[in-house]
Amino acid sequence: MTSPPPMRLLQDQPLTGVRPQINASLKVVASIVLLIVSLSLAWAGEAVPTDQDPVRAQRAVRLAEQLRCLVCQNQTIADSNAPLAVDLRTQIREQITEGRTDGEIVQYMVQRYGDFVLYRPPFKATTALLWLGPALLLLIGAAVLARNLAVRRRRQAAAPLTDAESARARALLAGDGKKDRA
Amino acid sequence: MRYLVPLAVFVLLVALLAVGLTLNPREVPSPLIDRPAPAFNLPQLHKPDLAFSTKDMQGQVWLLNVWASWCAACRDEHPLLVELAKQRTVPVIGLNYKDQPDAGKAWLKQFGDPYVLSVADAAGRVGIDYGVYGVPETFVIDRQGVIRYKQIGPVTVRSLDEKILPLVRTLQKQ
Amino acid sequence: MIPEIGQFSLILALTLAFALGTLPLIGAARGVPEWMALARPAAQGQFVFVAIAFGCLAWSFASSDFSVLNVASNSNSSLPLPYRIAATWGSHEGSMLLWVLMLAAWTVAVSVFSRGLPDEMVARVLGVMGLISTGFLLFMLLTSNPFERLLPPAPDGRDLNPLLQDPGMVIHPPMLYMGYVGFSVAFSFAIAALLGGKLDATWARWSRPWTTLAWCFLTCGIALGSWWAYYELGWGGWWFWDPVENASFMPWLLGTALIHSLAVTEKRGAFRSWTVLLAILAFSMSLLGTFLVRSGVLTSVHAFATDPKRGIFILGFLALVIGGSLALFAWRAPRVGLGGAFEVVSRESFLLANNVLLVVAAGAVLLGTLYPLVLDALNLGKISVGPPYFEAVFVPLMALAVFLMGIGPLARWKEASLPELAVRLRWALAVSVVTALIVPAVTGKWSPLVSFGLLLAFWVAATAVLNLRARIGGGGTLITRLRAQPRSYYGMVVAHCGVAVFITGVTLVKGYEVERDLRMAPGDTATVSGYVFRFDGTREVMGPNYRAAQGTVKVSREGGGEVTTLHPEKRVYLVQQNAMTEAAITSSPLRDLYVSLGEPVDGGAWSVRIYYKPFIVWIWGGCAIMALGGLLALSDRRYRGARRREPVPQAAAATRQAAA
Repeated sequence: MTSPPPMRLLQDQPLTGVRPQINASLKVVASIVLLIVSLSLAWAGEAVPTDQDPVRAQRAVRLAEQLRCLVCQNQTIADSNAPLAVDLRTQIREQITEGRTDGEIVQYMVQRYGDFVLYRPPFKATTALLWLGPALLLLIGAAVLARNLAVRRRRQAAAPLTDAESARARALLAGDGKKDRA
Repeated sequence: MRYLVPLAVFVLLVALLAVGLTLNPREVPSPLIDRPAPAFNLPQLHKPDLAFSTKDMQGQVWLLNVWASWCAACRDEHPLLVELAKQRTVPVIGLNYKDQPDAGKAWLKQFGDPYVLSVADAAGRVGIDYGVYGVPETFVIDRQGVIRYKQIGPVTVRSLDEKILPLVRTLQKQ
Repeated sequence: MIPEIGQFSLILALTLAFALGTLPLIGAARGVPEWMALARPAAQGQFVFVAIAFGCLAWSFASSDFSVLNVASNSNSSLPLPYRIAATWGSHEGSMLLWVLMLAAWTVAVSVFSRGLPDEMVARVLGVMGLISTGFLLFMLLTSNPFERLLPPAPDGRDLNPLLQDPGMVIHPPMLYMGYVGFSVAFSFAIAALLGGKLDATWARWSRPWTTLAWCFLTCGIALGSWWAYYELGWGGWWFWDPVENASFMPWLLGTALIHSLAVTEKRGAFRSWTVLLAILAFSMSLLGTFLVRSGVLTSVHAFATDPKRGIFILGFLALVIGGSLALFAWRAPRVGLGGAFEVVSRESFLLANNVLLVVAAGAVLLGTLYPLVLDALNLGKISVGPPYFEAVFVPLMALAVFLMGIGPLARWKEASLPELAVRLRWALAVSVVTALIVPAVTGKWSPLVSFGLLLAFWVAATAVLNLRARIGGGGTLITRLRAQPRSYYGMVVAHCGVAVFITGVTLVKGYEVERDLRMAPGDTATVSGYVFRFDGTREVMGPNYRAAQGTVKVSREGGGEVTTLHPEKRVYLVQQNAMTEAAITSSPLRDLYVSLGEPVDGGAWSVRIYYKPFIVWIWGGCAIMALGGLLALSDRRYRGARRREPVPQAAAATRQAAA
């Protein structure tokens, strides 16, 4: 399987949506702003973030960081430069603009790509063992440890002293009481 | 007895890994199997004034093949599709994914056109709807417009003979 | 000619490895001193021939001999010499040869530094290592021969993967392998002890330095890998819980549990069968890691080109070695007995708790790594397990372990008193809590997670100080009192402080890092965390085997004052034609400033990523300090004096022989 050639031009963010009137005037304003910005290339300007609204941008990044890129499967959509990742980032931004919730956007991705696309495995019947496993292991470990300590104690208590040992113990107890150094 | 626990766990692990050797970890199965094929309405590649919609194929069993002129692996499977088209077993619709129309048309001219028609998905939106993540991919869609099978990667003789064609024949009998 | 010499040397090495793996073991079982005596010379001979083979392959790379398939696939005439030599281990076949070389080196080291051990023990330890060597050499000669010829020779090679053309990548595999393979020594000691039926404190004393050394190497290897990923991959991450990273982390976790467990077995004769099991498991994880990287069972950036035949062979080898050793364990360990007794509250039980936590952590990592495979194998769908899972599961376990790390060293052996401990620790706890609450507030952005992380780090530091004060009580000047403490004690303190430094780094980076993804045209500036970055455009530069667009970014402080000029690059390597981004980083102990070029955008502008990473070098610094602690512990006088000790066991063996 192959993917499109690596170098791609980033496109400006289109302001499409379901409310045409507002978006039409927004588009006009945005175009004017962009025109002014691009005209001032001669002057040093503050760098333009790849999304105009910082709050929306934050949300888009947060969402993209939860989704796995299917092409470079060990990166998130936020980090990957694969064309599919770029397209999906654009999709996320568009859907945020359209007013979808985080849950809806994630659902959109899962409907098309399956659970594989989630970086954080969902909690379902099939993944219950995954999520509860470590806690289970810890309980088992703690139980084994506790039992081991108890067994040791019992063995220690049960070991009888020989006659010679009893005599020595009596002598020690009656004697100068030397402390047992650990 | 508890000293055997590590060995027992290990035996299970080896069994798992042995099975794992027969699987492909990169392959992501489609969640769209047995679901309705996402509807789309796109301009045709050769006749941009005309559109094609999934509704047009209602009542027929058909294949949707995702291809592009920049895709090297597509060249591997293309002769098989051309052959398949000659036998007229099942109509194949091409989805020209994220491509330049001229490049796509030239590619078909050079390598043959097995498609009843091709549609142009320049932005790749339909591809996303179909969960395309690597080209080429092929979908088998039944008379009710439900996706029954997705071939990830190029179509091979084996996949045609063992999976795709038998499925198509079964679906056509319905 | 040279490749054929290399090939032949490998075959000779295999014969010697086989001899090493069979005769001394039989000799030890049957009491035949001549066969046992074969162990040392066989080990040394094996090393010589593996070294020759390695040298031949390195020579083929250095001289760009493209009639060798491996060289043609992984090198190129325009590749600079250091990378040509590093390409020797840049492929599956070459890295296997490196593995075998390391194994032969450890084997020969054991054969040299084991004068104080009884002959049987030496014979068994070297024998087991010989068996492992045999397996790997057979694997190489049958499925992954690095000396395979390509005839007619290629006019030029396919070049080394550009990601590997970097100093970090050159040193990372050798360090890592020294660690992985080093655990085979502890493994062999464990098997030797099980075979001989003698599992006592002396066995632990012999194993300990070897295990600690392997652990030091593995710590460095993993830290180097993380640091490399950070500066090379271009998006500022330094740990991804990638399957192959996890494959290296699991042996580390088990190795850490092992060195703590060995401490108890050596000092108190307790946990013997548990320590043996850990030694087996630590090396098993190394082998499992080898399987996971080379079999294609899991997707990862690190995965070598795969071949089902190789996967089957390694799995079979794994099943034999690990299955065999666990079967041996099940058979022999029950006879061992419990060893020294200790109370529910004692240093032993704290160490045991630490072990449980580390092993559960390793288990959790294994679960997360293999779970997608489990579901796929059972046809229950396909999921992927990413960092959110691992972090959710791993951090609480480690937090507990770190908390215990503060208490354990203060507890007495055999019996400690919880109330007494609580009294001693209360001011350490108070100091930690107060500092952890105040420090984040000073930076202006308080967060509970940052506070918690800092609490753990300060806790470790405070308890270390407390411990030191308690130990150096007594007469004499401060200096003499400090010098009276054994190096192994300082090793522990330093290593634990390394953990504190590591935790601090991770906490502060995660809490306060800033990432900005910007479109910058030449002349644009961006202000990130008090630093101003001015993008001055790009120009084309030519490297030895690549073409790059080199950007210039001037960095200065917000209030004025130049910091530096950075040159991030977007390279295209000429042979493989893939694009790679070279980030530009300026480092200081307090922060890293990181700039990487994304894609060119219309109008001469570029998409640029700027990162502010506070205290990030503390992460790898912490790892380095941990390794330093390990080395300090290794240089303890009881190991340095080992050779001068009377070879009493030898005399005993001689007596036994005479009596037989």
